[in-house]
Amino acid sequence: MVTKGTAAKKAAPRKTAAKAAPRKAAAASARSKAKSEASSGQPGKVGPVRRTFAPWNDPAAKPFILYENITKRFGDFVAVDDLTLGIYEREFFSLLGPSGCGKTTLLRMLAGFETPTEGRILLDGQDISTVPPYRRPVNMMFQSYALFPHMSVADNIAFGLKQDKMPKGEIADRVDEMLKLVKLEPFKTRKPHQLSGGQRQRVALARSIAKRPKVLLLDEPLGALDKKLREQTQFELTDLQQQLGLTFLIVTHDQEEAMTVSDRIAVMNQGNIIQVSTPAEMYEYPNSRYVADFIGDINLIEGTIASVSRGKVTVETADAGKLVVNQDLKADKGQKAWIAIRPEKVRIALKKPAARTDNVMSGEVWDIGYLGDVSTYHVKLPAGSTVKALQTNATRLIERPITWEDQAWLSFSPDGAVVLLS
Amino acid sequence: MAQHQDRNGRRLVIAVPYLWLLVFFLVPFLIVLKISFSQIAVAMPPYTPTFSLGEGWNGLVAAFKELSFDNYIWLTEDDLYIRSYLSSLWIAFVSTVITLLVGYPVAYGMARAPSHWRATLLMLVILPFWTSFLIRVYAWIGILKPEGLLTVVLQTIGILSPDEQVRVLNTTTAVYIGIVYSYLPFMVLPLYSALEKLDGSLLEAAEDLGCHPLKAFWVITFPLSLPGVIAGCFLVFIPAVGEFVIPDLLGGSETLMIGKTLWAEFFSNRDWPVSSAVAVILLLVLILPIVLFQRAQQRAQEREAG
Repeated sequence: MVTKGTAAKKAAPRKTAAKAAPRKAAAASARSKAKSEASSGQPGKVGPVRRTFAPWNDPAAKPFILYENITKRFGDFVAVDDLTLGIYEREFFSLLGPSGCGKTTLLRMLAGFETPTEGRILLDGQDISTVPPYRRPVNMMFQSYALFPHMSVADNIAFGLKQDKMPKGEIADRVDEMLKLVKLEPFKTRKPHQLSGGQRQRVALARSIAKRPKVLLLDEPLGALDKKLREQTQFELTDLQQQLGLTFLIVTHDQEEAMTVSDRIAVMNQGNIIQVSTPAEMYEYPNSRYVADFIGDINLIEGTIASVSRGKVTVETADAGKLVVNQDLKADKGQKAWIAIRPEKVRIALKKPAARTDNVMSGEVWDIGYLGDVSTYHVKLPAGSTVKALQTNATRLIERPITWEDQAWLSFSPDGAVVLLS
Repeated sequence: MAQHQDRNGRRLVIAVPYLWLLVFFLVPFLIVLKISFSQIAVAMPPYTPTFSLGEGWNGLVAAFKELSFDNYIWLTEDDLYIRSYLSSLWIAFVSTVITLLVGYPVAYGMARAPSHWRATLLMLVILPFWTSFLIRVYAWIGILKPEGLLTVVLQTIGILSPDEQVRVLNTTTAVYIGIVYSYLPFMVLPLYSALEKLDGSLLEAAEDLGCHPLKAFWVITFPLSLPGVIAGCFLVFIPAVGEFVIPDLLGGSETLMIGKTLWAEFFSNRDWPVSSAVAVILLLVLILPIVLFQRAQQRAQEREAG
């Protein structure tokens, strides 16, 4: 989508290895069978994408945006509950959560449309809690796009520049540049109602970045687009963000979208942040059942801690006896725990795997979901719970396909699962 | 067969408003038009010729030959009529502007009110219609007359000394007050419906892009409410031009309005033909700008669509 580095003043490409194509791989990892080589506690090696941009691991780095003990109440309703969050410069940060979790409120507080009930918001070290929206160096792309219906595409994009009293010639140049960036040159004089949904989305994007804000806020920016267009636009967004060197803060309820575009994700629930981490860490090491369940698909097998040693946890389950996970965990024997294992990390076979002695379960194939590229097998264990196994359909012909009511063997590596205590 | 019935059904539905307009607008208008070409006579009805089928075809032709433009020529010869028209247009124009200035904040406030309040506010705007228009105008006499409510209030709060009285009744000011009061709902309702539709996120977007909220009103809210402004202005201006009751009851002898002139011609002079001519001209004066405006708007819409 973008051809030239236009506005990137600090245009040092930070993810040299992670241009569009590897990012695609990151998205696909949600479904691939790629296994994490990382052992627990070493998040640097988690997931298939190597990142060089990680200021959050640098204790000297100062957050560019800092929410400090922010609480927001609407009457009796607590939308945001004593929340602290730092976002770094040039980061692509996602706020992910179900509707009503407070993510949009958090975004709107940064834009200035809501004032925090308690706490303060720092932008580049300065408290902006009392600065009115029209003086904040942040711009927002609205979920409804909020294009001015009585203005042409060009006038919409020029609106913010005119407010800054920019000279006319410069405005015209900038508008042309923005139109080129979002590939809407032929639609310059059109009115918003003469555009398709995708084109409107681009106008809204162009308008919100025309002023080159320090931070771009995106409120469910792709929610109104169909799936194909949404996927395409996700990559365009990440390219644009790198090229312009802006800090992006995006609100979404779509976990796939968050995984694809973000450097880091914050999963929220009921006004609290449950976990903040990179997409791969979030996926491979969720810190709770809530996050595990929210991001992707996961099997949760309930049990109690049988033994804990250095780098190894054994959990006693009703469904599959003792299961072993390689993980450093502080837990007491007998404590309630859940083994969380992604379906693509569960192997399914008709014969008992000979090589493996740990983590083998047997059950009846209950349901099969054939999606073309992959198949999901729902296997019912003797104690009643169902475990899903995902298999890539790498070959066309299979000697002995698995079918309903087959007795199947499930197994997983001790590296592939996590033990969750909450 | 079904399609055929469908088409007939559609024709019937369209026919109803046309028939209504034909019977209650076009036919009366043609009668007035015909009278405007007639001559005054001491008779019943007070003009000639009258068409009657009793005298056969030749009688009809003779009657047609008697029709003339004399009344219209008469209207141009006496400057009373021209002055009445101009004065009516001016009073209607000023009243419309004042109504807009008063109505806009009212409509804006209503549209911005919490949604559970809006129905009540809307009700309050419509409430005066439950009392007769005539009674409400009479009520204003009670307020505006020298010893009326307005004087009492102003004396009580000390703006007027006890021996002073307001001199508003029977002046053009009273006419303005009457028109603005009576037609305010017609301005508020279309404005409200335009402002209520306004997407609040547009104003947020404007503010987000660095626009002060006050300026955002002028560059976003006002332009987007223009359809309401135009509709409201037409709804006030057109009936105000022909207004008779308000200038008659509240206005003085110096208040010249075409409605009053028309009434005087019709009832005091019993000159039906001249008053009919006045009415026809009034209709043309009002219809022409509306037609031109609608055409311009249609063209603008077509341009936008294409």
